[in-house]
Amino acid sequence: MLKLIKTMDFKTICFCLFFILFSLIITLLSDLIFGSISTNFVKVLGKTLMLCLAAIALDLVWGYCGILSLGHFAFFALGGYLIGMWLMYERTKEIIIQAFAEQLLPPTPSEIKEAIGIQIFGVVGGSEIPSIWIFADYLFIHLFLIIFIPGLLALIFGWLAFRSRVTGVYLSILTQAMTLALSLYLLQNDSGLRGNNGLSGLQNIPGFTSFPQSIISILFLWASTLALILGFIIATFITKSKLGKLIQGIRDDEDRIRFLGYNVETYKLFVFVISAIMAAIAGALYYPQAGIVNPSELAPIASIYLAVWVSIGGRGKLIGAVIGAAFVSLISSFFTSGQIPDLNLGFIIISWVDWWLIILGLSFVIVTLFTPGGLISAFENIYKRSFER
Amino acid sequence: MSDILEVRGISVSFDGFKAINNLSFSIGQNELRAIIGPNGAGKTTLMDIITGKTKPDIGDIRWGKNNISLIKKSETQIAQLGVGRKFQKPTVLEYQTVEENLMISLKNSRGFIQTLIYKYTEEEFTRVNEVAKLIKLNKILNKIAGELSHGQKQWLEIGMLLAQDPSLLLVDEPAAGMTNSERTNTATLLKELSKTRSVVVVEHDMDFIRQLNCKVTVLHEGSVLAEGNLDHVSKDNKVIEVYLGR
Ligand SMILES: Nc1ncnc2c1ncn2[C@@H]1O[C@H](COP(=O)(O)OP(=O)(O)O)[C@@H](O)[C@H]1O
Ligand SMILES: [Mg+2]
Repeated sequence: MLKLIKTMDFKTICFCLFFILFSLIITLLSDLIFGSISTNFVKVLGKTLMLCLAAIALDLVWGYCGILSLGHFAFFALGGYLIGMWLMYERTKEIIIQAFAEQLLPPTPSEIKEAIGIQIFGVVGGSEIPSIWIFADYLFIHLFLIIFIPGLLALIFGWLAFRSRVTGVYLSILTQAMTLALSLYLLQNDSGLRGNNGLSGLQNIPGFTSFPQSIISILFLWASTLALILGFIIATFITKSKLGKLIQGIRDDEDRIRFLGYNVETYKLFVFVISAIMAAIAGALYYPQAGIVNPSELAPIASIYLAVWVSIGGRGKLIGAVIGAAFVSLISSFFTSGQIPDLNLGFIIISWVDWWLIILGLSFVIVTLFTPGGLISAFENIYKRSFER
Repeated sequence: MSDILEVRGISVSFDGFKAINNLSFSIGQNELRAIIGPNGAGKTTLMDIITGKTKPDIGDIRWGKNNISLIKKSETQIAQLGVGRKFQKPTVLEYQTVEENLMISLKNSRGFIQTLIYKYTEEEFTRVNEVAKLIKLNKILNKIAGELSHGQKQWLEIGMLLAQDPSLLLVDEPAAGMTNSERTNTATLLKELSKTRSVVVVEHDMDFIRQLNCKVTVLHEGSVLAEGNLDHVSKDNKVIEVYLGR
């Protein structure tokens, strides 16, 4: 442990301390202790941390390797679906066993299965448990699948795309197509994942049913903090390594790296897959806090938002990505929550839910025009200038 | 002298236009060779073909003692076999420092697991310093490459190739954008390099070629027009016609 800390640089240590302190304060303020912030808000914060992790993942491929993936929410939501399957299955099983407990005869396993099938798939007119749910009873297999399935998808997609030397805008469009296709597929009732209903009730953690949400939300906040910190450390390690310099070289001049004898496609693939796995893990921690995951989460626009956050925060800097995702997504949920009264200017009524998108778009344009390095480089410049004085 | 590279009857056409037409030539071990020819003669395309960027329609390219065919190999594989290339437009990693540019080029691990955990050795740092001295950038190792002058970028790219330590160096128009004294330095450097490896230089500039003082291959419309020392080829009637006749 000490050894690990020694190898970390100052920035990383600050980052870790900041988020640990943050979660500590939130824990103190939560319903568990002082009760000054609601359980719901704790969940919003926990979710925000996972959006930050997704932003780090995107920054790794886009900011460092120059691959603008506009399909990262596919991996994010897949992570959610994969943990969601276990959550929903186990939770339903618990309820059904409880219900059967009132009867005299204990239920047979096949009776339980049947009941689970009807419970979960009744909404899409089915009662059979689809074969993709075969491992839903096993947490460890599903934890593995959270890494494996999105990683495999990224590997296959990346291999096809990079091998044919698809780059730039064309690649971005392909990633959009990927997430759209996946979302349309999941939308079908016979996809085995409950069509447009998605998976719900994910906030109820099997085995923890006696715990109130106020405790569960804090547990997830800490799990999210840990995941974000680990993600940051891993991403820092990658970007600081020789491989990190290489992928930045690929971003700046792919051919130069290629003619130095490096296999550019392998490097891109590696970064893309790592990043997809990071996004998937973020999603797997996000959706239990959100409670529901459905195909609209994979809509192309979701991934575009992620890219907007990263570029407002500052791509090519891990902290920039985190700042962008944290601020913009928090402000975003604030404006679109409907809590702020509409602004009546006489000739026009500004309803924030609608106008927020316009504000976001404008700030995106302003940031790209005036500080192409994002908020983080604006901060850095101010900091530097105040030092020079 | 055994050949390090042998180009045998290659042709390539782009949309029906024959950029390279049945071209053959060979480069010896530790030979310095200049390739000249008017704009559009196919000099850059030739380099693209040797380095695997463009695949020829027909013909073969043989490499090294074992006469390996380069035709089916990828750019990466060809580079790993020992072909280094300087592009016509100076191509360096603009957002990284001079030192980082050189470090990345060093001949060491090329696999991604190795590069993830790679630690540079003391010797490698020394080597980078030596190379930097050779290309006269050792005082500005920490400067971002994008801020260098055109000529300095050209030198940095040559330095990257030195760090890469290839057995054949292909250099496309190295003197472009350089002052006269820089040109002289470049010519000296290239001559020095050819003592330990083969070097092929593509240039327009006759004075520069003269300074190299080596065998010259004249390219025209994708094939070899003449070959020999500079005085010999500049007396060649076909060459005079191509360069001066029109
Ligand atoms: N990728 C390409 N597609 C179409 N035409 C090309 C391509 N590359 C080169 N050419 C053409 O081939 C000819 C030779 O070009 P090039 O090798 O760049 O000449 P040089 O380097 O001798 O000036 C030119 O007429 C050029 O327009
Ligand atoms: Mg050329």
